[in-house]
Amino acid sequence: MKVKTPSKLEKILAAGHYAVTSEVGPPRGSDPENITKKAEMIKDYVDAINVTDNQTSVTRMCSLAACIRLKLMGLEPVLQMVTRDRNRIALQSDILGAASYDIHNILCLSGDHQSFGDCAQGQNVHDLDSMQLIQTVRHMRDEGKFLGGGDISRPPEMFVGAAANPFADPFEIRVPRLAKKVAAGVEFIQTQCIYNMEKFELWLKMAGDRGLLDNVYILAGVTPFKSAGMARYMKNRVPGIEVPDELVKRMADTPKEKQSEEGINICIEQIEHLKGVEGVHGFHVMAIEWEEMVPGIVERSGLYPRPIVD
Amino acid sequence: MIVADKKPIEEIIEEIKNHEKILILGCNECVTVCEAGGKKEVGVLASALRMYFLNQGKQVKIDEITLERQCDHEYLEEIRDRMDQYDAVVSLACGVGVQFMAEKYHSTPIYPGVNTCFLGVTEERGLWTERCQACGHCILASTGGICPVARCAKRILNGPCGGSTKGKCEIDKEIDCAWQLIIDRLKALDRLDEYEELCPLKDWSTDRAGGPRKVVREDVQQ
Amino acid sequence: MRLQYPSNIKIILVPCTGKVDVLYILRAFEKGADGVYVVGCLEGDCHFDNGNFRARKRVEQAQKILDVIGVGGERAQMYNLSSSEAPRFAEIAIEMDEKIRALGPSPIKAAKQKAA
Repeated sequence: MKVKTPSKLEKILAAGHYAVTSEVGPPRGSDPENITKKAEMIKDYVDAINVTDNQTSVTRMCSLAACIRLKLMGLEPVLQMVTRDRNRIALQSDILGAASYDIHNILCLSGDHQSFGDCAQGQNVHDLDSMQLIQTVRHMRDEGKFLGGGDISRPPEMFVGAAANPFADPFEIRVPRLAKKVAAGVEFIQTQCIYNMEKFELWLKMAGDRGLLDNVYILAGVTPFKSAGMARYMKNRVPGIEVPDELVKRMADTPKEKQSEEGINICIEQIEHLKGVEGVHGFHVMAIEWEEMVPGIVERSGLYPRPIVD
Repeated sequence: MIVADKKPIEEIIEEIKNHEKILILGCNECVTVCEAGGKKEVGVLASALRMYFLNQGKQVKIDEITLERQCDHEYLEEIRDRMDQYDAVVSLACGVGVQFMAEKYHSTPIYPGVNTCFLGVTEERGLWTERCQACGHCILASTGGICPVARCAKRILNGPCGGSTKGKCEIDKEIDCAWQLIIDRLKALDRLDEYEELCPLKDWSTDRAGGPRKVVREDVQQ
Repeated sequence: MRLQYPSNIKIILVPCTGKVDVLYILRAFEKGADGVYVVGCLEGDCHFDNGNFRARKRVEQAQKILDVIGVGGERAQMYNLSSSEAPRFAEIAIEMDEKIRALGPSPIKAAKQKAA
């Protein structure tokens, strides 16, 4: 695929390397060190760092400001943006704000419902949905115009991403839904955490058969288990995540003090396996509140050092 | 219909405690069907209030009237010659009726006796559910007759979101995922291919966002 | 059987307790009743399937209202028995009479007398 933006992430993918991304969640406060420390920890092991946008609807430092912090450190942020909290004026405005700092990656999401967060009595906006946000960024970038039609001086140059969950319900529309995002103009996908390899590969094959993978890079999402309890929780409690019984068993059969190590081992095995799967272009390593493990996972998976592109 | 729910009696008492001649005004339309503000509810509320004030040692006159509608001039006019008997009205109509009463009887305080909830249906007796948010530009033709604006918690026009699980919404296992319903329905209609058509950015100016709305029909105006 | 039950109870006949409305119960209190109880058929034995269940719900509704307005929900009760249980009927009447006597006169009755 032709490179269309100055995004380092896009260049790495276009050069045919496996891309590696990870994420940091901004703090419930204004201390910038919280974010810079986490980023410092992983920066040499990933190509880009996602910054979540008030994840699970809990109020936090804004994603844009945290992305700017990363940018000022010379790192490559992926600005996550949800349509829950902003209307089309604010969305476009924040996109321009990010562009002014040369933030070149955006991940378009709808966002969890506010009832899960700390402002359950608040309004939600959803003026646009995630697909329409994808269209909006592409429109701003490619046409150099606002949604309202006016010209943008110095349009944003953003590599446009979205999430996809191969395991969400209903399965039959998982591939059509990806097709819809591709039609909307998405250029890279970071998937939900993958544990059920068979189902993921089936989804990828179906997407490939429809020719979708010629137009979008897929970054497979992986999340190491910290404990057997977490594996069980992910299996039973988190909607849209499928954890096969044998993985839960493998974690449960491991002595408690060795479980976190085993979780890392599983994660590395998953990456090794996914490397052999056609259509996988990279990895999105989500080590939830466990960022310090990212370097080890990347290194042991043979993904270190990271390629250098200009 | 417009679905409403009764306000707690305590709240109504708080609204009217300083008045002495009160009319409880019901509406024979939607709020009667959803058992919140019809003749029967007027009777129950009036009886309860009479006993309450009596018990408080207060002399309060509480009368009951139920009009055919409270959203049309002609019915509201029926009580014009009686309005001077009251120093307050508790309207059990929807918010529309309460306001129209207040516009018409400018100097009499009108208090709401119900919470106006949504535009919905009677799924079964005692269960009313939302169907429409009156966005002003109907898209049901392209969504298999199921409205994502009214029935998706995020009013997502290109759904479902990642929170859809086993056909239910992430916010409540009792609530159907609107997009699952749309997909099932498109399938039943053999139109699932239409799912892949992107729904464009919606013009919300016909919705609440555009300010108070009106429908003008010159062809029927007099 | 010639069973005795308290003579201060006024019986109002309805074709089925399903006919009893919240308003009937409230109006009885408004008119000065100290207590109201509804006697329906045994649960599951309603000739109209669920008349007595409806009555129970309406009694519960009336109880809530009576609590809010300071009359006391316990003054309204629902009982179920079959038509062949005359001794039980008398027993319930005595039980209700004792219960209401323990509660004393309805505050509404007193307030009405005062207001008059």
